[in-house]
Amino acid sequence: MSATVNPPVVFTQDELGWVSWIEPLPEAELTERHFAGLVDRARAKSEYFRLLVRDPEVLEARTKTDKDIFYNVADGLPRAERELAAAATSRYNGCIYCASVHARFASTYSKRREDVQKLLDEGVNADLGERWNAVVKASVALASTPIAFGPDNIKELRSAGLDDAEIVDVINGASFFNWANRLMLSLGEPSK
Amino acid sequence: MSTPDIIDTLAGIKPGSALDAIRAKRLQARDNAQKSYLSLFEPIDAGDVSLLERAAVAAFVTGLHGESPVATFYREKLAATAGGAALLGAVDAEITRGKTSGPYGSFPAGPLSIENAAGLIYRVSASNKSALGVRLVSALEHAHLLVFRPRDAASTDMKALLAAGWSNTGIVTFSQLVAFLSFQVRVVNGLRTLAAATA
Repeated sequence: MSATVNPPVVFTQDELGWVSWIEPLPEAELTERHFAGLVDRARAKSEYFRLLVRDPEVLEARTKTDKDIFYNVADGLPRAERELAAAATSRYNGCIYCASVHARFASTYSKRREDVQKLLDEGVNADLGERWNAVVKASVALASTPIAFGPDNIKELRSAGLDDAEIVDVINGASFFNWANRLMLSLGEPSK
Repeated sequence: MSTPDIIDTLAGIKPGSALDAIRAKRLQARDNAQKSYLSLFEPIDAGDVSLLERAAVAAFVTGLHGESPVATFYREKLAATAGGAALLGAVDAEITRGKTSGPYGSFPAGPLSIENAAGLIYRVSASNKSALGVRLVSALEHAHLLVFRPRDAASTDMKALLAAGWSNTGIVTFSQLVAFLSFQVRVVNGLRTLAAATA
């Protein structure tokens, strides 16, 4: 496997592959318990999900948490800004793979591809305008250890126009990527 | 009005409060954050990662984030787990030794190298190794990497866990545990902060 890996050395919005460092389950060995864990059967084609499905109950709960935080747009923060929180968290933690996926989504939903690229190129201090700056800053504060998120972040998000339900979407989206980044970064690596 | 889950309990969210109503709008996320917690701490199958290992890693990881209701909760969980009381001293001492500020670490060699930031490469102290045992020593060292410098992770870290007796499935569960706690401790912090700013 490792002979074919061509790791990216910059943050990008291009589509990347991902190669596991330990053994995913072979597709032929997946049972109904595993398919329940995958949630979407098509995910059996992904090396990443066939690795995580070694613990199907955790994967299922993780996946359903993820989907509701990002895809449930009946109310709350626009999808673009949830993706921005995910991309900013990934940029700050250093997950080139996660950043590529969620920067693409942020671009698609916001139509602000150049601003998203500026975040990737310049990092989390890039000036993206008041509202996006507040979302990025809150995401960075949450990703820091010890956690640096505080009343000033709430104040900035509110003055940028976010209500409390939207702020909860920022908290959920940014926090979730502290989960996702650690799996993607430590169980394998991206490949161009 | 919702029945309090673990995040409500740790964040101090009361049934019928404004934040309870907001969380109810993301019911699937709420329910599955709870299911994630339960499947990690009350698993169907603890064959690859024991309940004691889960509790010890959780106390260590949340302790590294600093004092908080979350850290207290998992320290108490370790104390209440069979064999856990005997590990408390070692885990507490290792938290003190391991505390630092993150994220830091290195990027793949290239244009991002200027952003590389050096920091503590944590190793369990020689004096606590026998109390913790080979598997937990390797787990705490890897957990510290995941908490503070996840971008440093390399295939050799997987080899170290395998060599210490962790199975492929055990590595997945253990990694999910650390990653989930990284999420949970932040959601709780964020919601607590928001609640305080709303009061």
